[in-house]
Amino acid sequence: MSLLTLTDLKSFRRERMVLNGISLHIAAGEVVGLIGPNGAGKTTLMRAALGLIPFSGNSSLMQMVPRLRARHVAWLPQSREIAWPISVEALVALGRLPHGDTDPAPVTAALHRMDLEALRHRPATELSGGEQARVLIARTLAQQAPLLMADEPVAGLDPAHQIATMQVLGDLARGGHGVLVSIHDLGLAVRHCTRLIALDQGRIAADGPPREVLTPALLHRVFGITAHFEDTPQGPIFQPLSTV
Amino acid sequence: MIRVFAGLGALVLLLFAASLLIGPAGLPVSDSIDALFRGEGEAITLVMREIRLPRALLAVMVGASLGLSGAALQGYLRNPLAEPGLIGVSGSAALGAVLAIQSGLAAAFALALPLAALGGAVGAVVLILLLAGPRGSALTLILAGIAISALAGACTSLVLNLSPNPFAASEIVFWLLGSLADRSMQHVGLVAPFMAAGTIALLSLGRGLDALTLGEDAAAALGIDLARLRLMLILGVAATVGAATAVAGSIGFVGLVAPHVLRRAVGAKPSRVLPASALGGAAMVLAADIAVRLIAPERDLKLGVLIALVGAPFFLRLILTQRREM
Repeated sequence: MSLLTLTDLKSFRRERMVLNGISLHIAAGEVVGLIGPNGAGKTTLMRAALGLIPFSGNSSLMQMVPRLRARHVAWLPQSREIAWPISVEALVALGRLPHGDTDPAPVTAALHRMDLEALRHRPATELSGGEQARVLIARTLAQQAPLLMADEPVAGLDPAHQIATMQVLGDLARGGHGVLVSIHDLGLAVRHCTRLIALDQGRIAADGPPREVLTPALLHRVFGITAHFEDTPQGPIFQPLSTV
Repeated sequence: MIRVFAGLGALVLLLFAASLLIGPAGLPVSDSIDALFRGEGEAITLVMREIRLPRALLAVMVGASLGLSGAALQGYLRNPLAEPGLIGVSGSAALGAVLAIQSGLAAAFALALPLAALGGAVGAVVLILLLAGPRGSALTLILAGIAISALAGACTSLVLNLSPNPFAASEIVFWLLGSLADRSMQHVGLVAPFMAAGTIALLSLGRGLDALTLGEDAAAALGIDLARLRLMLILGVAATVGAATAVAGSIGFVGLVAPHVLRRAVGAKPSRVLPASALGGAAMVLAADIAVRLIAPERDLKLGVLIALVGAPFFLRLILTQRREM
C-alpha cells in the first residue's frame, strides 16, 4: 500500500529551484533513507510533501484535510524544539492532538518503546539533548500515524541511541508502518534502511536498495567521496574513506 | 493542578469581597453587604453599587484580560518575555484616550474617553494586519508591534509636547499612569462585550498553543491552522487589552508576570497557563487596587504606578533566572 506518492514536485526559494521534479512512492513496510550532501534538498522535499512550504506538482498528502493528514503522517522536524517545561508525559501526549482524545494507552506504549518510563514526570526541557530527542520521537509514535517522516532523527545522538533509534524505525516498518528518514550517516543508513533515495541538487540521483545506490560512481559524483562497502556476517558495513 | 485553580479562584473571590468592603467611606461590613444586595440606606447603597462594585468588577476584568493576553502571546511566541503591550494595541489605545482628553471630547460626555481608546485599539489591529500580513511569521508580528508601539508613543509625546493647556497635559499624564478610581457601571457595560469576546477567542487557542510547544513546523503538521491561530490571537489580544486600556489606562507587568509566576504550578502547558494566568492577573490587579487605597488613601496613588513598582523586581528576577539557565 502506498503511503506517500510525490509526482513531479518542484519548489523554489528566491528564484532558485531547490527541488526539481521529484517523483517517488513510499509503501508500508519500508524504511526509506533520504541521503544527499548539505543543500541537496532533503528537508525541503519533506516539508514540501507535508505542505509546509509552497510547491508545484503533486503530493498525495495534500489531498487530505489537515486534521486527517495529521492522523496519516507524523512529522519529526530537525530542530528539537521544546518551548516550555512541560512533563515528558504531557509532551508525548501532544501526539494525540489530531485524534482529539486523551487515550493514555498510545502514550504509555510510546514511552515504553522509547524507554522513557523513568522520566515521564520530569520537565522535558531539563533533559539532556539525547533524552529530548527520544521524547520527541515518542511523541510521533503516540500519534499512531501509518507514515513517519523524520528529519535527521539521529543527528547529535550517541552511538547507542543512534542504533536504538534506527531500530525503532525498523520495528515500525516491520509493524506495517512506512518511514521516510533523512540521514547523513551512510553507515547507519546502509544497515537500517530497506531503501535509499539519493538527492543531488534537487533531483533524485538514485533510488533503490542501499547496495545499488551507493556505487563508487554515485559516491564520487554526488558526495565527492570514496568509501569501503562490505557485506559481513554482522550485516553490511559502509565506511567513507576520503574526499575526491 | 485542580488545587491550584481552586486556590486561585478562592483568592480572586476573597480579594473581590475585600475590594468591595474597603474604601475611604469606612462603612461597616454588615451595612455594606445589606446595601449591596438589598439596597438598604440610600447613600451607602450608592457607594456600594455605583462606586465600589464597578471598581471591583473592573479590577477583575482588567486583570483577567491582561493575564490572559500575556499568557496567549507568550504561548504563541514561545517566549516568557512577551507581554500584552507587544503588538502595539495598548499604546494605540492610550493614544486614542490622550487625543480625547486633549481635544476636550472626554469632558463633553462620559464615555468619550474609553470609546476613543477603543478606536485607537481598532486602528492598531488594522495596521498590524496590514503590516504583518495574513500569513506572516511570529517575527513579523513582533516587528510590526514594535513599530506601531513606537509610533503611538511618539504621537502621544507629540500631543503632550504641543499641548497649549497645562491642565490637559497634567490630566493626560495622570490618566496614562493607570487607575480604576471613579469608574461607573457604564464603563463596565462598555468594555464587557469586548473583553468577553476576546476572552472566548483567546481561551479557544489552547490546543494550538500546546502544539506550538514543539515549534511551528511540528504544530502545522499536527493539523493546527497557524494563520487562523495568529488572526484569532491578534483579535483576542486587541479586544481584551484595548478594552482594558480604555477603561484603566496603561497597566504594565500584569501580563508579563502572571503567566510566569503560575506556569510551573499548572504544569507549563499553554492551555493550562491561559486560565490560570487570567485568574492570577485578576488577583494581582484586585490586590494592587486595594493596596493603593490602603497605602495612601489621601494621595490618589495610581494603580499602574504601584503595579510597576512591584512588578519591576519580578521582571529583574525573571531576567536573572533566564541568564542562569542559558
